[in-house]
Amino acid sequence: MKARTIRRHVKESLRNLGRNGWMTFASVSAVTVTLMLVGVFFVIMMNLNKVATDIEEDVRIRVHVDIAATKEDQQALEAKIKQLADVDTVEYSSKEAELDNLIASLGDEGEAFKLFEQDNPLYDVFVVKTKEPEQLEKVAKQIEKFEFASKVKYGQDDVDKLFSFIGTSRNVGIILIVALLFTAMFLISNTIKITIVARRREIEIMRLVGATNSFIRWPFFMEGIMIGVLGSVIPIVLISTLYTYSYDYISAKLEGHFIQLLEMNPFMYQVAGLLILLGAFIGIWGSLMSVRKFLKI
Amino acid sequence: MIEMEDVYKKYPNGVVAANGINVSIKQGEFVYVVGPSGAGKSTFIKMMYREEKPSKGAIMIDGVNLAKLKESKVPIFRRNLGVVFQDFKLLPKLTVYENVAFALEVIEESPKYIKKRVMEVLDLVGLKHKSRMLPTELSGGEQQRVSIARSIVNSPKVMIADEPTGNLDPETSWEIMRIFEEINTRGTTIVMATHNREIVNTIRHRVIAIENGQIIRDEQRGDYGYES
Ligand SMILES: Nc1ncnc2c1ncn2[C@@H]1O[C@H](COP(=O)(O)OP(=O)(O)OP(=O)(O)O)[C@@H](O)[C@H]1O
Ligand SMILES: [Mg+2]
Repeated sequence: MKARTIRRHVKESLRNLGRNGWMTFASVSAVTVTLMLVGVFFVIMMNLNKVATDIEEDVRIRVHVDIAATKEDQQALEAKIKQLADVDTVEYSSKEAELDNLIASLGDEGEAFKLFEQDNPLYDVFVVKTKEPEQLEKVAKQIEKFEFASKVKYGQDDVDKLFSFIGTSRNVGIILIVALLFTAMFLISNTIKITIVARRREIEIMRLVGATNSFIRWPFFMEGIMIGVLGSVIPIVLISTLYTYSYDYISAKLEGHFIQLLEMNPFMYQVAGLLILLGAFIGIWGSLMSVRKFLKI
Repeated sequence: MIEMEDVYKKYPNGVVAANGINVSIKQGEFVYVVGPSGAGKSTFIKMMYREEKPSKGAIMIDGVNLAKLKESKVPIFRRNLGVVFQDFKLLPKLTVYENVAFALEVIEESPKYIKKRVMEVLDLVGLKHKSRMLPTELSGGEQQRVSIARSIVNSPKVMIADEPTGNLDPETSWEIMRIFEEINTRGTTIVMATHNREIVNTIRHRVIAIENGQIIRDEQRGDYGYES
C-alpha cells in the first residue's frame, strides 16, 4: 500500500470518528468500561498469584528432632536429609532459638513464655526447603522414615486450600474476562454497524468504482484501533493511579513480611500494554465484524 | 465487446428476470434497452457490471466471463467500466471535484494524474467552474453530469447507464444525451436502459426491447415502439 493511501485511510477514519461523534463516544465508553473491569480484575488476579507464589515458595518442612537424640544422631539426621535429591537447604534451629522466635512473634504476651527458658518444652528443629514446592509432600514422607525425626510438619492443609482457592478464582476470573470482552466487542460492532449503515452509500459507490474490499475495509479497521486505544486511556490512568495508592498502603502493612505485592515497575507497564493491546483487538474485531456484512467476499 | 449467451437469471424469490437472453454488442455501439416496467432491463444492466450473477449462461465483457469471475476480481473488472444511475449516486459531503477524484483515489492513482484527469473530465461535462461545489448545490442535470464524469474518469471501454435521464426534465435530458453522444463518438460502447421515447426516437441507435426477461426486438436505428 502506498504512503498516500495510508494517509488517506487515516484521514478518512479520523473524519468518520468526528462525523459520528456520539457513536464514537458510545464505542469508546464501552471499551473504557470493559477495560476498566478487565484491568482491575487482572491486577487483583496477578497479585493473588504473586501472594500465592510467595507463600508457596516460603513453605518449608519443619522436622522436630527426637529429644533422645544425641549430638551425633542429630548430625547424622541432618546429613541424611541433605542427601535427599529434592532437598534444597537445611537449616538448624535449636530449641532455644525456637523459643526466642515464639516469644518475639507473640509480642507482649510472649513475655509469659520466658518462664520456660529454664525448662524448654520445645524441640530442636531442622527447617527444610525443597527445590520445588510440589516436592514438599514426597520429601516430608521420606524424612518421616528417618531415625530421630519425631514429627514432620509442613502446613499441608493451608497450602492446599490456598492453591485451590487461587485455582478457582483464576478460572472464574478468566471466564468473567472473556465474557466482558465479548460484551465489549458486541457493543463496538453494533456501534460501528450503525455508522456503517450511514455509510452504506459510500461503500456501495466505492464498490461501484472498483475499490477492492481491503481498500474499503482499511478505514474501518483503523477506526476500530483508534476506538480501542482511546478506550484504554482512562482505564490505564485510573488503574495505575489507584495501584500506586493501594501499593503504598498495603506495602506499609506488609513491611518485613515475606508476602509482597507486585512492584509498580514493570507491572504497571505490563498492565498498560495489555490494556492497549486488548483495546485495539476489541476495536479491530468489532469493526471487521460489522463491515463484513457489507462486503461480498 | 459484450456477448450474452443463453443467459438466465432467477432471483432467490423465484422471479425469472432474464429468460434466455442472447445478444452481441460490438465495440463503439450505442444501444438503448427499452421495455415495460418490470421487464428485466435493470437486471440485464446489473448483470453487465456484475452486480448480479447470471443463474445460467455466459456473459463476456471485453474478454472477461462474468459468470465465472471471482468475487475478489470484481473490483478490478469494474475499473474498466463506467456505470451511471438514475439517482446519480454521489457522496453528498464531498465536492464535485472530490466525487470524481474518488474513483481514481480508490485505485491509487498519483495525485498529479488525478488532478489533471479530473479537471479534464469535468471540462468535458462542462462543470469545470463548479468543481468546488457540493452536489446539493447543483441542479439534477448537473449532478448527473458529475456522475457521468466520474464514470468516464477511468477511460472505460464500456459505459452502462440505467435510466440516466429518469429523474431529469426533458431539457436537461437532452444535455445529458449530448454528453453521451460525445463519449460514444470517442469510441466508448454505451448501453443505456431508458423509458424516454423522445430520445430513443430522435437520436436513433440500436434498440433492444425486453419483455418478461426476453429480447423481443433488436433493431439497428430502431424506435421506442411502445405507446405512452
Ligand atoms: N433483487 C431482486 N430480487 C428479487 N426480484 C427482483 C430483484 N430485482 C428485480 N426483481 C424482479 O425482477 C423483475 C425485473 O426487474 P427489473 O428491475 O429488472 O425491471 P426493469 O425492467 O428494470 O423495470 P423498471 O422499468 O421499472 O425499472 C421484476 O419482476 C422485479 O420484481
Ligand atoms: Mg429498472
